[in-house]
Amino acid sequence: MTKRDLIDEINKRFPHLSHRDSEVIVNAIFDAMVDAMGQGERIEIRGFGSFVVKHRRAREGRNPKSGEIVSVAAKRVPFFKVGKELRLRVDGKPVPEGTE
Amino acid sequence: MTKAEIIARIYEKVGFSKKDATDVVEATFDIIKGCLEKGEKVKVSGFGNFVVNTKRPRKGRNPQTGDEIIIAGRKVLTFKPSQILKKSLNSGASQS
Repeated sequence: MTKRDLIDEINKRFPHLSHRDSEVIVNAIFDAMVDAMGQGERIEIRGFGSFVVKHRRAREGRNPKSGEIVSVAAKRVPFFKVGKELRLRVDGKPVPEGTE
Repeated sequence: MTKAEIIARIYEKVGFSKKDATDVVEATFDIIKGCLEKGEKVKVSGFGNFVVNTKRPRKGRNPQTGDEIIIAGRKVLTFKPSQILKKSLNSGASQS
């Protein structure tokens, strides 16, 4: 499923919204999450999972081809940790009542 | 940020009713979950891909007793962030 399919599915479920509206809202959801992570903020979606931003220190690396030492700048990388409910559902396990 | 904050942002800044914003945000995560539950991957351009990977069963050891045990195969969800997301975390403006 791509974002396009997701928007089409939303449009099917909410016939009172125009296709354009569905597109605007779905894009706004992901934009909001990208912005939050850009601020270094953690995102927690109950029953789904959480996104955190981890910091990587600057380090010296090597160009694997030439063996040259290169400096790798510090950076921030996004991480996703799947929530308990979704972890169980993906694995085909029953989800206990009242999880999250 | 929580789901409630995502919803608030949509009805405050994008201008939909609170109900529409709530319903669509809930439905979005439901649809994604349903897809992943079926083992289908979900690709969100500009954000990242959610992929279900199958882990084979393997032998492990109980570190406390040293007993050999079989760790069952299972399905796990992984998220691969898009280049756009990775770049936006390192664009400089809001670096901490």
